[in-house]
Parts: sequence; C-alpha cells; structure tokens
Amino acid sequence: MAVDTPLKGVIGDSIRRKEDDRFIRGRGNYVDDISLPGMLHMAILRSPYAHARIKSIKIDAAQALPGVVAVVTGELLAQHKLAWMPTLSGDTQAVLATDKVRFQGQEIACVIATEAAIARDALPLIEVDYDVLPAVVDPWKSLDPGAPLIRDEKEGQTSNHIYHWEAGDKAATEAAFSKADRVVSLESFYPRCHPSPLETCGIVADINSATGQANLYMTSQAPHAHRTLFAIVAGLPEEKIRIISPDIGGGFGNKVPIYPGYVVATAASLLIGKPVKWVEDRSDNLISTGFARDFHMRGEMALDDSGKMLGLRVKLLSDNGAFFADAQPTKFKAGLFHIVTGSYDVPTAFVEADGAYTNKAPGGVAYRCSFRVTEASYLIERLVESAAIEMKMDPADIRLKNFIKPEQFPYKSATGFEYDSGDYPRAMQLALDKIGYKELRKEQAEKRKNGELMGIGVASFTEVVGAGPGKHYDIAGLRMFDSAELRVHPTGKAILKLGVKSQGQGHETTFAQIVANELGIPAADVEVQEGDTDNTPYGLGTYASRSTPVGGAATAVVSRKLRDKAKIIAAHLLEASAADIEFDQGKFFVRGAPSKAKTIQEIAFAAYTNLPDGLEAGLEGVSYYDPPNMTFPFGTYMVVVDIDRGTGQVKVRRMVAVDDCGVRINPMVVEGQIHGGLTEGFGIAFMELITFDEEGNCLGSNFTDYLLPTAWETPKFETFETVTPSPHHPIGAKGVGESATVGSPAAYVNAVIDAVAHLGITNIDMPVTSDKVWAALNEKGAAE
Amino acid sequence: MGQPITVTVNGEKRSAEVEPRLLLVHFIRENLRLTGTHIGCDTTHCGACTVLLDGTPVKSCTMFAVQADGQQVTTVEALAAGGTLHPIQAAFKQEHGLQCGFCTPGMMLTSLALLEEKKDPTDEDIRWALSGNICRCTGYMNIVKAVKSAAATMNAAAAVPAEAAAARS
Repeated sequence: MAVDTPLKGVIGDSIRRKEDDRFIRGRGNYVDDISLPGMLHMAILRSPYAHARIKSIKIDAAQALPGVVAVVTGELLAQHKLAWMPTLSGDTQAVLATDKVRFQGQEIACVIATEAAIARDALPLIEVDYDVLPAVVDPWKSLDPGAPLIRDEKEGQTSNHIYHWEAGDKAATEAAFSKADRVVSLESFYPRCHPSPLETCGIVADINSATGQANLYMTSQAPHAHRTLFAIVAGLPEEKIRIISPDIGGGFGNKVPIYPGYVVATAASLLIGKPVKWVEDRSDNLISTGFARDFHMRGEMALDDSGKMLGLRVKLLSDNGAFFADAQPTKFKAGLFHIVTGSYDVPTAFVEADGAYTNKAPGGVAYRCSFRVTEASYLIERLVESAAIEMKMDPADIRLKNFIKPEQFPYKSATGFEYDSGDYPRAMQLALDKIGYKELRKEQAEKRKNGELMGIGVASFTEVVGAGPGKHYDIAGLRMFDSAELRVHPTGKAILKLGVKSQGQGHETTFAQIVANELGIPAADVEVQEGDTDNTPYGLGTYASRSTPVGGAATAVVSRKLRDKAKIIAAHLLEASAADIEFDQGKFFVRGAPSKAKTIQEIAFAAYTNLPDGLEAGLEGVSYYDPPNMTFPFGTYMVVVDIDRGTGQVKVRRMVAVDDCGVRINPMVVEGQIHGGLTEGFGIAFMELITFDEEGNCLGSNFTDYLLPTAWETPKFETFETVTPSPHHPIGAKGVGESATVGSPAAYVNAVIDAVAHLGITNIDMPVTSDKVWAALNEKGAAE
Repeated sequence: MGQPITVTVNGEKRSAEVEPRLLLVHFIRENLRLTGTHIGCDTTHCGACTVLLDGTPVKSCTMFAVQADGQQVTTVEALAAGGTLHPIQAAFKQEHGLQCGFCTPGMMLTSLALLEEKKDPTDEDIRWALSGNICRCTGYMNIVKAVKSAAATMNAAAAVPAEAAAARS
C-alpha cells in the first residue's frame, strides 16, 4: 500500500499535549498529593539570625508534645556522619547546624510528628541559645581582611574568598585595549532572585526497615543523579534507593540541588521505620533553597572609531551565600559565564571571576538558565547598549556591524566555545521588520520634542545549552550524557523511558513525536515515562535546556536503531534484502515498490512471532547519548516602553521576540516555553528581588515582598521564528526552555535606558522599579 | 476538640468534626482527599488553592474549614461533570493554557466564576479577573486565549436551546 495520508504528530506538528488530560481534571500527582499509610510529617526549625554561634539546643519540651515522634538535631545526625553533606560545587553544607548558623533560615532541627500541624506546633518549643555574631552581607566587605570568618569550620579556610577563575587570553586582551580608539565600561549588578516554582520542594521518604528498600518521592529535576548522591551522602546502597519524581509543579532550576529537608526526612524514615513527608511552605522555599544570580559585574569593551569591537574584559564577584552550592559543571567555577562575548565577533576576551561567602542562603542555581548564561547575556547586551550610546550609534546598527556572520559558523569564540550554527542578522532583521523599527524611532523623536519618554530596547542573545559533551561537563563528577529506552510491544504500541524529567515542558508529547517521526508509531501510541529511577535508564535530568539537545537526541538515536532492526524484519517478511528496504512514515517497503509495504505495527508483531533465523526476538533498544557539542540557540528581542515622568512607572507597550532554536518539534510547546520565559524575564527586570538588610534579614521571604508577574502586569508578546538547524543534533533541534529568560531582561532594561539616555541616565540596576526610575529622573531634574 | 461541620462539596454533603484551626484547603486535600486543589504560597497571593464558595472564587488557604460550614464548595474535580470535559477544561488543553498544571485548577475555577458573570469578557477583563492567580510557566497569553475560547463555546451552547425554544414558539 502506498503512503497516502501523512502521519500525524511527527516533528513540526502542534499536536495537543498528552499530559494535559490529567492536569485539567485535577488528577496530576504531585509530591504533596502522596499519602502513605502511617505517614509522619516533618517541619523544620530555622535560624532567625544570619550569623550566630549555637550555644545549646534544648528539645525536651518539643519532644514531650503529644503527637511528636522525634526531634532531629545536628548532633543526632553527626552520630550518623550526616550533619554535613557535599554540595554540587564540591563544597560542604550543613544539613542541620551544629556549631554556627550562617544564614537566616538555616536548618537547625526537625520535628517529626503524626500531623503536620503538630510538627509545626512543636517548633517554638525547641529552645536554642545563640551567641549572635556580626553578619557579613556585602560580598565586597566579605573579602576585607578583617571580615568575620563565615566558614571557620573549614580546614585551611582563612578568608571568605571561595574561588578565583579565569577564561580567555589576558595578554591579547590587554593588547587590544591598549590599541583601542574607545573603551566603554559598565558596572552592573544582576541581583539575587529566586525561581519560585508554584509547587515548593518536598519529599515523602519511605524506607522499609525490614528490606532496606528506600522509596523517595521527591521534587527532583534530576532523579538519577540524586539517587547516586543519596547513596554517597547517606551511605545507602544504591540498588535499594528508588527515587520517584512524580508530576512536578515547575522547577526552573530550584529542584536541582539536594536540600537538607530531603536528607533529614530520609534519615528520619530510616530511624523511625515509617514514611515521613516534608513539604516546604513558601517562606521555607524563598529563604533557604536555590537562589539565582547575585553577580556584581564590570564589563569593558574596546572599540575602534567605526564601532567595531576589538576586545572584551570582564571582572565579576559572585555572592554565593554561606555554602558554595552552585549547580554547575565542576571545571567551571562561574558556570558558563564565559559565553559573555555573546553574538559578537570579539577577537579577544578575558574573564575573571571571584566567589565570596556571605551570610545568605546558598544555592546559586540557574533560574531558567544554563549555568550563568543569563548573567553573561545580560552584561554583554547592556554593554553593547552603553557602547551604542557612547558612540552615538543606533543599537541595532552596532549589533549588525559586530555580529558573527552566518558564514563564520562553526565559530570559535574568544573564550573557547565552538558555536554550532547561527544567522544573527536574519533574526535581527525579522525583529526590526515586525516591530516597525524605523517608524518607532520617528515616533520617539516626535515624543521627545514634547518631553515624553519612550524607549526601544534591543537584545540579541546567544545561549549555550544542552550539556555535555561529557568530557567537559559533569554534575558532581557524573558525565552529562542522557538516555532513552524504547520498547515496542507486539501490537505496535510503545513505551519510551527517559533519563530526563519534565516539570511542565511537555515531554510526554514532544518525545513521542520524535519516535513518531523516526519510527512511524503514532505519537498517541507512544507512552513516555520519566522520573522513576527503577524504571528509566540513567540520565542527568532536566535543567539548562538539555532535555531536547540530549534526551531528545537519545530518543532519535534509539528510534533509528529500532528502525534498522525493523528493516531486517521487513526484508524477511517481504523476502528481500534489508539493504533494499526503505522507510517512509511508518511503512517499510522494497525500493521502488511502495505499494507492497509492511507497517511498523506488522513488523512489531513479527518481531515477537515471525523472525528471520538468527535474529533476536523483540523490538527494544536503549541509547546513552553523549552530545559532540552544546547547542547555541539565539534570537533578537525588541521592547517598546513608555515612562511616566511623574511616577517613574514603566509601561511595556510591545515585546517582539524572534527565536531560533533550530528545528521545532512541537511549535505550540516551543512558543509556550518562550511565553513563559519572557514573563519570568519581565519579572526579573521589573519586580523580582531577594535582598537583605544589614543584619542579614531576608527581605523577600513571601509573595508579598517577592513580587511575581500576574496576568495584569505581564505584557502581550509577539513571537516569531527563524530556523537554523543544529548541524550535530540528530534532528537539528536546540534547547529553548530558557532562551527567553536569558535574552529578555536586557531587552526590557535597554528599552528603559533608551528612553532616558539622552538625560544622562545610562544604567539602572534590576529590578527597574518605579521608585528607582523616578529617583534617576529626579536626579537629572527630569521628573515631574 | 473537633467542631462539627457540614459542607456540600461538589454537590455531595460532607460532614466531619474538624479542629477550628483547620484550613479549608487542608479539609479538602487531607480530609476529603481531593488533591486537585493545590497549595502554592500559604498567603493568598498565588491562587493555586482557589475553589468556589457558593459560586464565588476564594483562596482556600486563607479560610478555615469551619467558615465553610453549611455552604457549597466547588473544586476542580467537579468540572468534568459525568466525565465530559467542561468547555473551560477543553479550552485550556486546546489553547495550551497550561504547562506544569499546578496553577491550572485555580485558574479554571476563577475563569468559571468570571464567565458566569461576563459572557463576553475582553482580554483586559480576563487579565484583571485572573490577577490573583499566578502562573509561572505559561506567561498568561494562552490562558487568556483559553478563557476567550471557552466563552465562545459556552455562549454557542447556551444559544442552541434558546434558538430551539424560539423555533417551537
């Protein structure tokens, strides 16, 4: 039979999501929805001080409260060598404080009780006697020789300095700067913010004391890596640990690290012999779990008189909090920040990074970002804006002049990356056309005559996502490959099992589409399973936009492996040679004779019923994919703002986003990801801030103070695409989940600066709130 | 000591003795095991816990169960009556108005209350009505589209019996 109707649900089809059917019925299964017989509940006592010595902890009164089963302190954990745990960056972190507390909100003791409310009731009954120490809040002051030592328990640690890290060529960069006609500089602070997924972190730890089997239901973006780390940290045998990451209510990097609550709940279940549930409340989540950013950056750009970039020099100080717990590859102390040359052909660059301990929460996760790419993209795009202002060039023109040209790919960057593919001028031109750039500039000039403030912001980002290759990128030593196992049943239905783990990205649909595309089984017939370490192949998980670049590639590769076997079976059924079998949309036929085809369903049945001699039964396979390179998605974002001189309020009038993430598997899902990222970028640019007073009190500990964008503030987005496939990815796709959070903050802020630069205002640090804008205008005598 | 309450949840009378401090959301999730109502912030900001109380959206994390005594509570589990998706549910799926699904029950119930009040809401009406429900994934664009699309479906369905009645008379 000839192929007449095209197969639905392949790559490029916006089919509706398979996972939605349970979510819209309220039938998702999140960690807090899990209830096991005899389950106990845990609550955590946290430090009210940022820095204090613990003199004593008295738990008698708490322990005596009816319903309280146990009170766990650091002292008890120390008896089991569990008071400290390794972080993802090779440092150590206190599970429960024994000697000192080092940030407000640090975990001190845990109460396990029959009811969640009783566990809470017992917390104030724990008496902790503190000797309060001076808090170190400012990372610059933290590096002063006389600053109080935060990590006094670490052998050989004599200051609050964590690391010094460099990338690029110092000498060549100095030489470029000495020859430059112009040097433009920018001091920029990317403040601390927080991923704040709507579902907080939690665990139900269920250890069977008879068998030693540990079932851990966890909000985990990386269940396999977490299993291995649990085995190492808790000394549990890895084959007895089963991590089940059920539905996750958003992650954005927040659910990558292992937190003390997970460890204590697991230890408590082991000691008590009953399941223990711990679910954070929102304040727990905001004050103690993985924050993001907190980079103090200085960028300098060397240019010639025509506006051509000659070199880039960057110095940054990272405020890491009390424990260096960034989630990032081992050899890159400042993550992938050295992508800071961005979309530009910068001949030479030098990046220096230092990390400092402060009395703040640890974490340093990448909030919807691939290991500090966001900070890098923000700095270069803001610096280019500064250059345009100083050189009196149009911000689009200076970018077009300096873009890496399409014919330069693969492009070796000055800090060591090899960009896989790109066409930056095309994306920029589309954005200019769609927003009507020339007309907007005219309108701006007219408005300026009347004293009205209108700005047009441009940002052309390039990301680096999809880690590995495993030889360069790891998490806690585990190489960053990923995996897919595909089993085709005799009736032609399939199960695809992955090492990555969706938190809302739509894997159950998009990865089924890859199988449909490569093997011809309709997406509706492919069940995608993730998150259960007993039932999925090992992988490093979902963060840093790596699921499609790595897990998606593994899916394509394993589908092709099965396709090759299917050809052998087809040849047997068609009495031909496998070399002569062709495949098209689920049909296998002898070349030139498509009318006599066997379907993948017929072949699947034959794989269990009618095989050629010598061929193993079944149609199953697995792929562990180690990518040859990262993928480099890019795009141009343009924003129009109007600013009220009386209040400083910034109104985003338009936001045009052109994204190029290579081949789009499900365009609807991709666009949804971009909408989400543009919104989180909007929040970061204008609202979201975790800050501290001088005593180290966290001033963003709930959603009253930590502001998230609602439907009311969030702008309407106009999204467009160009497609430049990745040459090394099996289906030409690149990661996209984070592009918009990475690229958009600079576009929003550049729009504000574009509106006020003529008044002499060239920088306002995020979040760009009305009061900051008004104060800046007022200082220049331009406020009303 | 427990306090007796009777709440009609999704059309069914549910009686229980509850602690006066028990939050309505915990009554729904823990006592009744209806886990489609979620908890996102504990402080009335995020709206993941939104349910309808006598038809009006309330944040069930900031209300005691005893305050709902004698009243009607509607949760997400009631939307697909008889197994058929409500037009709002169908539209959220069709327009890709959800990703992780955590805010979705609250979003749909607030939308339902809006559409009971306003048959043809504008984008601004929808955005204002949903401004007490936070979504971290979608950026709201497709949620607004879903609510508009659901409104059209519901209006069309309401028009059919009216036309039929007009034809009979």
